[in-house]
Amino acid sequence: MTEPVFFHMAGIHKVYPMGDEQVHVLKDVNLDLEKGDYLSVLGPSGSGKTTLMNIIGCLDTASAGEYVLEGYDIGEMDEVELARIRSREIGFIFQNSQLLPRLNALKNVELPLIYAGVSPRERRQRAREMLEKVGLSRRMEHYPNQLSGGQQQRVAIARAMVGNPAILLADEPTGALDQKTGRQVMDLFQALNREGRTIIMITHDMNIAACARRTVHIVDGVLTERAGEAHG
Amino acid sequence: MGNSIRGILVMVKEYFAMSWSNIRGNKVRSFLTVLGILIGVTAVIALITTVSGFSGTLSSSFRSMGAGSLMLSVTGNDLKSGLSREDLTVLTELEEVDGVSPSVSLRGRVARGGAYQSNVTVSGRNAYYFLKNEGMVSRGRTIHPSDEENMTFVCLISQELVTTFFYGEDPLGRNLYIDGVPFLVVGILSGDGGTSVTAMMSSGSASIVIPYTTALKMNNTGDVTSLVVYAADGLESGDVTTVLEETLDAMFSYEEDCFTVTAMTSIEDTMNNMLSMVSTLLAGIASIALVVGGIGIMNMMLTTVTERTMEIGLKKALGAIPWQIQMQFLIESFLLSMIGGVMGVALGLFLSLILCQAIGSTFVISVEAILLGVSFSAVVGILFGWAPARKASRLNPIDALRSM
Ligand SMILES: Nc1ncnc2c1ncn2[C@@H]1O[C@H](COP(=O)(O)OP(=O)(O)O)[C@@H](O)[C@H]1O
Ligand SMILES: [Mg+2]
Repeated sequence: MTEPVFFHMAGIHKVYPMGDEQVHVLKDVNLDLEKGDYLSVLGPSGSGKTTLMNIIGCLDTASAGEYVLEGYDIGEMDEVELARIRSREIGFIFQNSQLLPRLNALKNVELPLIYAGVSPRERRQRAREMLEKVGLSRRMEHYPNQLSGGQQQRVAIARAMVGNPAILLADEPTGALDQKTGRQVMDLFQALNREGRTIIMITHDMNIAACARRTVHIVDGVLTERAGEAHG
Repeated sequence: MGNSIRGILVMVKEYFAMSWSNIRGNKVRSFLTVLGILIGVTAVIALITTVSGFSGTLSSSFRSMGAGSLMLSVTGNDLKSGLSREDLTVLTELEEVDGVSPSVSLRGRVARGGAYQSNVTVSGRNAYYFLKNEGMVSRGRTIHPSDEENMTFVCLISQELVTTFFYGEDPLGRNLYIDGVPFLVVGILSGDGGTSVTAMMSSGSASIVIPYTTALKMNNTGDVTSLVVYAADGLESGDVTTVLEETLDAMFSYEEDCFTVTAMTSIEDTMNNMLSMVSTLLAGIASIALVVGGIGIMNMMLTTVTERTMEIGLKKALGAIPWQIQMQFLIESFLLSMIGGVMGVALGLFLSLILCQAIGSTFVISVEAILLGVSFSAVVGILFGWAPARKASRLNPIDALRSM
């Protein structure tokens, strides 16, 4: 019996129609990952990083190509199935932590579990564990505006992990943080990766990208293993 | 996973909590949004409750005195202009009839000493009238059967006349002149002149009551043209109509249009019909306010959806399916509308309590009205929240997240 394919992208294209023309944002992206990988996607602004992340995160589907995640053929799925996959397999971390202002840290972390239909008791339990893990055991009742930027981002990380997803997907996770707190978030990522978490981190910052175990470059929608190769 | 009934209930409960915190987070705006529904429901509840209280009071006063009575009004013909005392006896002796109370109305000049008053209403009544309308006399005695029999010159007078003619004196046992004829005052009429509908309708506010036989004599007619017939115990006025009409037909030699018999029950029916028509009409008008309120909620929800694009995108990214987003917004508009509805019910009941007290009718909390108000606002909330909630559920999460 073979294990289902964990992560496989082949020949992914993304084309946006723009009036009469078409914007070709992703061009023949090929990428394979194994469980426990820690990958950074490095590229300048406008190179297609967020577009790629949306496809990896099953928020969007590719115009062409094959994408398999945990054995599921993502290209074949409808809106509801995609939502289910997001709920189970993906943990999003955005640039601005994107917490809901009216919910406290604990409730924010519980949110994905509400949509997954987890019982209130289990939800609370798991959210607590996650907040403890990211070092916020004493901030659980705090509201987002009572937390620092770094703390907010850690709540967002706890929220991303609470559903025990296959992949942690972070788009510029340190973009809104100063260097020191950015460093702390990176340390947290490394610790999580050591525990076996698969992480994909998107960034335009070389120093941040260097924290990952593997880095791929994206320039003008073309993905390469080494910098400059796309131009070679 | 989340598909069991229990799971759905847990989720719905969560949406209620979220909606509640959103509504509370925007107190002023939520209140203004809810105002339309509030006013609509208040109006509907106040109207229905007040009108039903009023008609309840009306009905019970009809029932207490009027249900078993019929109004008989005689126009007569050339041979016979009204009912004689013998005719009244015939009617009284009918098996279906308990008794009759004739009403003879005159206007006269009342005088005592130097004081006089013209154009005073004088009512001729019998003893039976006072039997049927209790509480008419505050002091002294009523008209007795012997007064009818002997056409005595006794009278009962209103409080007003007591002050006019007997300032500082006890009127009982003294004389008062009606059109120059001396009448012995034997009783004082109480202020409200009885509470029954028949009393209200047949006498108005009489100033002086004398035996009807005496009144007939003063009137120079000898015939009664207006009377109230009371049905025998256990009979409704409607049951007596036929036999009464037959008897009267015989008296008037089967000539047509000599009299009209109106059963109180039919008057009551007519009144209740009218009241319920009026209240339906008013409630209909008031429910326009509910529709306007619904549009207000829709407007607010559309704004909310636009404002919370990022939240919706985020929730979708976290795994919410469109149905769950739609549910959440639907519950929010439902909750908004219900808050307005419940506040409206409370305010409407309060208003109608005041109104009922003002018009002197009993205040009865109508469960139907409350159910109507609450369910109407629930329907409005769901109906007008549908489109905004659907819009929210259709939002593309990528666009929504890019807007951050
Ligand atoms: N919905 C869209 N329609 C048209 N063009 C788009 C759309 N989304 C992104 N793009 C274009 O695709 C390119 C890559 O965008 P993006 O993936 O956001 O880049 P990055 O995240 O690397 O800054 C940009 O040139 C952007 O203008
Ligand atoms: Mg980007």
